[in-house]
Amino acid sequence: MHDPIVTMKDVSYAYENKHALNKINFTISQGSFIGLVGPNGGGKTTLIKLLLGILKPQHGSIELFGVPMNKFKHWNKIGFVSQKANAFNLGFPASVQEVVSMGLTAKVGYLKFFTKEHRQKIEKAVAQVGMSEYLHENIGDLSGGQQQRIFIARALVSDPELLILDEPTVGVDAENVKKFYDLLHQLNNDSGITLLLVTHDIGTMTHHATDIVCLNKHLHFHGNPSEFSSLSDKDLSHFYGHPLNLVTHNH
Amino acid sequence: MIANFFEYEFLRNTFYTGLLIGLIAPLLGTFIVVRRLSLIADALSHVTLAGIAFGLLLEKKYILGGVITPFYAGMGFSVIGSVFIERLRSVYKAYQELAIPIILSGGVGLSVIFISLANGFNTDLYNYLFGSVSAVSRSDLYSIIVITVIVITVIFLFYKELFMLSFDEEHAVVSGIHAKRIHFLFIVLTALVIAASIRIVGVLLVSALMTLPVAASIRIAKGFKQTIVLSIIFGEISVIIGLISGYYFEIPPGGTIVVTSILILLLSISIKKLKFNLSRKKAIQ
Repeated sequence: MHDPIVTMKDVSYAYENKHALNKINFTISQGSFIGLVGPNGGGKTTLIKLLLGILKPQHGSIELFGVPMNKFKHWNKIGFVSQKANAFNLGFPASVQEVVSMGLTAKVGYLKFFTKEHRQKIEKAVAQVGMSEYLHENIGDLSGGQQQRIFIARALVSDPELLILDEPTVGVDAENVKKFYDLLHQLNNDSGITLLLVTHDIGTMTHHATDIVCLNKHLHFHGNPSEFSSLSDKDLSHFYGHPLNLVTHNH
Repeated sequence: MIANFFEYEFLRNTFYTGLLIGLIAPLLGTFIVVRRLSLIADALSHVTLAGIAFGLLLEKKYILGGVITPFYAGMGFSVIGSVFIERLRSVYKAYQELAIPIILSGGVGLSVIFISLANGFNTDLYNYLFGSVSAVSRSDLYSIIVITVIVITVIFLFYKELFMLSFDEEHAVVSGIHAKRIHFLFIVLTALVIAASIRIVGVLLVSALMTLPVAASIRIAKGFKQTIVLSIIFGEISVIIGLISGYYFEIPPGGTIVVTSILILLLSISIKKLKFNLSRKKAIQ
């Protein structure tokens, strides 16, 4: 068992008295690939915002890499690909290289400039997602799947140990979704990056993830995919708050 | 013709000022356009008009006029207007564009009040509305040089943060960029550039110099830096041709600069279309 890099203890969060998360306890171990599933409004995005420090827990505590969140400084250890990443202004005249460079902006710091070493890192991250030939193309000229790869490169360029992805395959066609999961697999297995992927695609996650976490305001399930697959439809319907049948597939 | 611009001091001041605003207006304009804030320039230019009217009123009616010139009053109002826009955008988070008509109408309303308090103005106001080739004094030129240095320095130092905020504000905030402070700095710079540009292009056309060169370059540029460089080149061409033709035909330069910018824009649209048709033809063959 690897060391936990994220530990949430009794974490609760409410928006104007409406509970989004209630007493959540869970850990993310180094090297794991966690599929975070649950119904809309179940608190998945809230949990991610808490992990990214955008929201502060109203109750309970969070530790990142063994450090209490309020003292955590090494945000470059956490990469993030948002749900809205592929909903950017398509006409924005930014090249792939420029988009990926944004992943280093905070790390480089104010009043400092990109060096040759940073540019090499950018090229390496673009190569890692298999998009080297598009380095100088405008991001808006690429397909949805290619754009998503570029946003992953932007998250990878700062060498994160934990990569959080919030429904990154929304609007991406089936073929590119498969390539996308292959890429995640490679990042997890070959580069050892811990992944937390928010998705509605439970069936696919059971084939790729090492852990499944099911969230609907409470943490209903945290275990391996085979345990999750063996849950009865009645249990799943209870977790989701509505009838649900689990169909697993590989793509 | 061009020789006149170097022979007479007032024309020299205008020419140098034109070159400076041809640089800083499209430079800042690139960030404004990609952030879909083009109308902010219009709102701030109308607030600047209120400041100029206030300055002209002081000049006409009170002794303070010598201290607070219309140029400085316009600049002050523009910066205050930019602060108000930011406040309003945070109050109306779901309707951020509301800040623009509120500030724009406020600027026009105040302008009307100051103009009527002064019982109307002479040709000075006309020059401020449409620009003038003869309205730039040496002290105006010095102020615009200072503004140019400030704008270029700030953009140079905070380029990567401004670029990130323009492309993806959410990601910038998650990464720990101080989005509010940087945006505030940016909007104050915008206010300064508008105040600086008004002497040449005028209140009614200043936003055109910030947006038209960018609209032209965005069609053909690859990457953000190239967009900035092309915008500045188009801005400078517009200013030089606009100033010279404005002087030659005795037309306010605001008009000739904007018409030149539009011609460049049409040309870039045609080039893009031609390129697209050619590549499609190639693909079919």
